[in-house]
Amino acid sequence: MLNFNENLPIYIQIMNLIKKRIIKGELKEGDKLPSVRELSTELKVNPNTVQRSYQELERENLVYTQRGMGTFVTEDQNIIKELKQNVASNLVNSFIEDMKSLGFSLEDIVTIINDKIGEGK
Amino acid sequence: MMANIIEIKGLSKTYFNKKALNNVTLTIEKGKVVGILGPNGSGKTTLIKILTGILRPSNGEVYIDGNKPGVATKSIVSYLPDRNFLYDWMNIQDAINFFKDFYQDFDEKKAYELLDFMKLNRDMKINSLSKGMMEKLNLTLVLSRNAKVYIFDEPIAGVDPVARDQILDAIINNYNEESTMLITTHLVRDMENIFDDVIFLREGEVYLQGNADRLREERNMKIDDLYKEIFGA
Repeated sequence: MLNFNENLPIYIQIMNLIKKRIIKGELKEGDKLPSVRELSTELKVNPNTVQRSYQELERENLVYTQRGMGTFVTEDQNIIKELKQNVASNLVNSFIEDMKSLGFSLEDIVTIINDKIGEGK
Repeated sequence: MMANIIEIKGLSKTYFNKKALNNVTLTIEKGKVVGILGPNGSGKTTLIKILTGILRPSNGEVYIDGNKPGVATKSIVSYLPDRNFLYDWMNIQDAINFFKDFYQDFDEKKAYELLDFMKLNRDMKINSLSKGMMEKLNLTLVLSRNAKVYIFDEPIAGVDPVARDQILDAIINNYNEESTMLITTHLVRDMENIFDDVIFLREGEVYLQGNADRLREERNMKIDDLYKEIFGA
């Protein structure tokens, strides 16, 4: 069971969970998503909420539904590439915003990151 | 669009000089799982008792599928008549037979499937059941009717975490878009993810009502935190 700890609507948290599974490659192009019923039982959430998540993911073209068959991850690799880039860029943006709000300049941030990467090597 | 299965207009209930419900106006859509939230004494149980026809309103109007609570609505509303409506001498099989005799829409096959799911045995004696087992049996009996409205009054109060998860799973698995589920609880954190809509009752009045995810978005908090904000000290 997943813990919905963030103060976000549950349907968005479920979308993020599916996106994570796609980015990590746990769900590959053309893979079938769990049925609404399966995922709602797994996560212990209302089936209507899972349904809404799937609809929103479909609107973002990440998944498509085949009547009577289920919901599948898009087979368009460009869309998945774009998803990865978006997620990475969102993470970096929010990091930069946080750092800026603490008074670090962009140069400071670059220096800190370079140092950190250097440490890891 | 969505039809309303329950419509309540200006409902009040007074016990002697105490107002248990004060001018409650609500609509509940078909196919929703609705949480009725509030601490003890907020009017949850009074509202349920009026919906199930056990109590009569002092003022106002209540319609369930177009009918006032009574004989017609009892056949479409599944709930537990009372906390102790089962007799001590019964075992679980007797309880199922009792329900089968009482309600035409009782689905015996579904009842046995649910019993298995709940890991309850037909020959267990009612008076030997723990609190969690009793709640699981109650839920089994209520869900085994093919009703339009299911009402659960504090289904997870005082049950252990394993029984709680079984109860939540049974509710999720048995949800269908043709029926509506009303669930009262003050254990919001454990149940909030299964609600479409929530109704906050405070001192007999509707303090707030809305779609759970929309409220999370607007208030930027979980329903549990919103509950604490509304009812906290």
